[in-house]
Amino acid sequence: MRKKTFKLLLISLLAISMFLVGCNSKTNEKAGSNDNNNESTPKKDTLVYGRGGDSTSLDPISTTEGETFKVTENIFETLLEYGDQDTTVNPGLAEKWTVSDDGLSYTFNLRQGVKFHDGTDFNAEAVVFNFDRWMNGNADSFPYYSMFGGYKGEEGHVIKEVKAVDDYTVQFVLTRPQAPFLKNLAMSPFGIASPTAVEKYGDKFRENPVGTGPFKFVEWKQNDTITLEKNPDYWQEGLPKLNKVIFRVIPENTARLNSLTNGEIDIMDGLNNSDEATVLGNDKLQIIERPSMNVGYLGLTTTRKPFDNKLVRQAINHAIDKKSIIDAFYGGKADPAVNPMPSSIEGYNDAIEPYPYDLDKAKALLKEAGYEKGFEIDLWAMPVARPYMPEAQKVAEVIQESLSQIGVKANIQSVEWATYLDKAAKGEFDMFMLGWTGDNGDPDNFLYTLLDKDSIGSNNYSQYSNDELHDVLIQAQTETEQAKRNDLYKKAQEIIHDDAPWVPLVHSTPLLAAAKDVANYLPHPTGSEALTKVEFK
Amino acid sequence: MFTYTVRRILSLIPVLFGMTIIVFAIIHAIPGNPAQVILGQRATQESIALVTKELGLDRPWYIQYFDYINKLLHGDLGTSLRTRGPINEEIWPFLAATFELTLVAMIIAIVIGVNAGIISAWFSKSWFDYFAMLLALIGVSMPIFWLGLMMQWGFANELGLFPTTGRENVRDPVTAITNLYLIDTLIQGRFDQFATVVKHLVLPSFALATIPMAIIARMTRATMLEVMKSDYIRTARAKGLRMFWVVYKHSLKNAVIPVLTVIGLQTGLLLGGAILTETIFGWPGIGRYLYDAILYRDYPVIQSGILIIAAIFVLINLIVDLLYVFVDPRIKYTK
Repeated sequence: MRKKTFKLLLISLLAISMFLVGCNSKTNEKAGSNDNNNESTPKKDTLVYGRGGDSTSLDPISTTEGETFKVTENIFETLLEYGDQDTTVNPGLAEKWTVSDDGLSYTFNLRQGVKFHDGTDFNAEAVVFNFDRWMNGNADSFPYYSMFGGYKGEEGHVIKEVKAVDDYTVQFVLTRPQAPFLKNLAMSPFGIASPTAVEKYGDKFRENPVGTGPFKFVEWKQNDTITLEKNPDYWQEGLPKLNKVIFRVIPENTARLNSLTNGEIDIMDGLNNSDEATVLGNDKLQIIERPSMNVGYLGLTTTRKPFDNKLVRQAINHAIDKKSIIDAFYGGKADPAVNPMPSSIEGYNDAIEPYPYDLDKAKALLKEAGYEKGFEIDLWAMPVARPYMPEAQKVAEVIQESLSQIGVKANIQSVEWATYLDKAAKGEFDMFMLGWTGDNGDPDNFLYTLLDKDSIGSNNYSQYSNDELHDVLIQAQTETEQAKRNDLYKKAQEIIHDDAPWVPLVHSTPLLAAAKDVANYLPHPTGSEALTKVEFK
Repeated sequence: MFTYTVRRILSLIPVLFGMTIIVFAIIHAIPGNPAQVILGQRATQESIALVTKELGLDRPWYIQYFDYINKLLHGDLGTSLRTRGPINEEIWPFLAATFELTLVAMIIAIVIGVNAGIISAWFSKSWFDYFAMLLALIGVSMPIFWLGLMMQWGFANELGLFPTTGRENVRDPVTAITNLYLIDTLIQGRFDQFATVVKHLVLPSFALATIPMAIIARMTRATMLEVMKSDYIRTARAKGLRMFWVVYKHSLKNAVIPVLTVIGLQTGLLLGGAILTETIFGWPGIGRYLYDAILYRDYPVIQSGILIIAAIFVLINLIVDLLYVFVDPRIKYTK
């Protein structure tokens, strides 16, 4: 009996293996062209978008994570929208708007005849419902809502009231003017959801999103694919062009490129700069450049010795050769940074002269600061690749080499990402690499968020505190006249430049790669865009 | 035998209980706050404090632990901090994906490994022997990461034989029933999809099979060499028995016990260690689910995921121990 069992086991193993091998060899013969065709034939109106990570939620307001918005931009629409490739404010679900002279009341005329994917009407009540939902939440449930200064009942909360004037008119009453108010409204997290669906699904709305966007949600296979299909009742005539969009997770950049080359996906984000040549050398592929709205920097923790001394920080600024870093690790696809925000943002101060790469000057400054013999510090390098910093470890080595020439010994350190952010926020690093991609194209989203004393403990990792700067930035937040506002931000950049809490390194141009026949893909500087106009040639 | 089995299964309880304590202690000792990771770079101090409280992470560790155990005893694996979904429901597709991949990889490793080992032993010191053992050496030392990318480049991009990533053709997705796609496609009679699923399995399962295949081959060869020196094999050969029967009936049976042990261990290792393969081949399995959970400090997922893998690991060991009896009647678990 036992012998038989064992024999049976062996034979069945063999049989299965033969079967598997048989299957393979059968398909092998014509796999080459067949597979590629199979995966793309039934008319070219399905786009497969390869990306590095999965969404955490499909309710855009419930997360701050970029991967989520790449999908939700296609399902939800906001009252106002950014330009195709910039952050100018344009009509979205609101056709027109008026602002009262005191900047405290915004009235929006909504688009008529728009329907949510579940067939219910989009109207003023729906807008009121969404804002009420968000303002009654907290940082846990709706983290990005804090762009409006907090939640209902909190002191800093900017929105006093949202009311429906009639079916298609909504009025926002503010407690104090907020300069980036309109730009905030256009951010992906504030996509208007169907009130009926929110009530129906409750907590499960994160997996059952219903908006007014060009595509409807179909299915989510976690860590694998998210499938959307065309919204046949979309209010923009003739759009979207695609019938189906599939977002697919392939974590490894090189594997993703392999999939693109093999025709399994049509477009990929997160292309390594070093792979650009490979893509250019393949006549079936094309490169797509995302407009830059980021900054990668070297932070100097201003509360720790020796970086509590301004002269030392300036010396470090003179000691780093940004151009050679850009040539070596960004394939030339980046601009050397002068200020903490990119030049595409309004209020950028182009009168500021960058600290030239000058080792003698750096040494002189160190001597003046009393560090003639140099010093030893830890240089923390990010463990992950980000658009603004694709190869942190290698860049760190170049910086280490530069610093050694002015007598500064930098020991490169790294730790896994969650811990990295945690330690950085607590000011535990001497010198560290980090960066930022803008949310809404407003200077406040760079300067106040990254360098104001209010932001110490969160995004002001260099623990930089300057009262004069704080006053300027706070004033700029409520100033509604654009010209005056720009002047304030220019002043702010002067202060920051002189204090040098960072070495601003680069503003990079993130790359995507796509099949040659993908047309009208317009990547947005915020990192997420609707695929409304995309089609195959 | 029966009492032995029951006793073994009962003894799993303290083992798994111990696991929960160790895993809980270790993951809470890692620095990094889940609230910080969930809120991302945008987090303010207040929002981090608030989210920490909402998640119940501000409570003393022993209360968190008892809460976890209490839920576990009620069959509740907890709620993912990141996706807010119940782990009970979330984890199954990942487990199934890994199970399918591991099973196919193990079958490949066993069939090729055992046979290569036998042939090497039979024709020991022949060119085949040297060649196979050299391959096995390379197999053990090959970084899966590199191997995987090379396979994609060679077999998918250059030769166009197989797809590079994923489990299915996403343009014609499989309707999941059991989440084991080989079975699902057969149930639905979609033989075209079945072929696609098989094709998707080839590269990742071979990449995953490399190391165990090499280890199994070397182990089989070593034990077979031992067995073949013995008198009864010489007798069998002298009797003029056909070589096939000498090998597969007489020798292998006695050589198989150590090999079985290795197979058991390797299967367990594969289940937990498929992270790299799953990452390179975009395979939505438990390895990557856990890896993401660790990155996000998603405590409940890490705890439950490791616990499940540990449970499977000990179960496989139990099965291996029981299989010994079938293979070798001299082994008896009486007491």
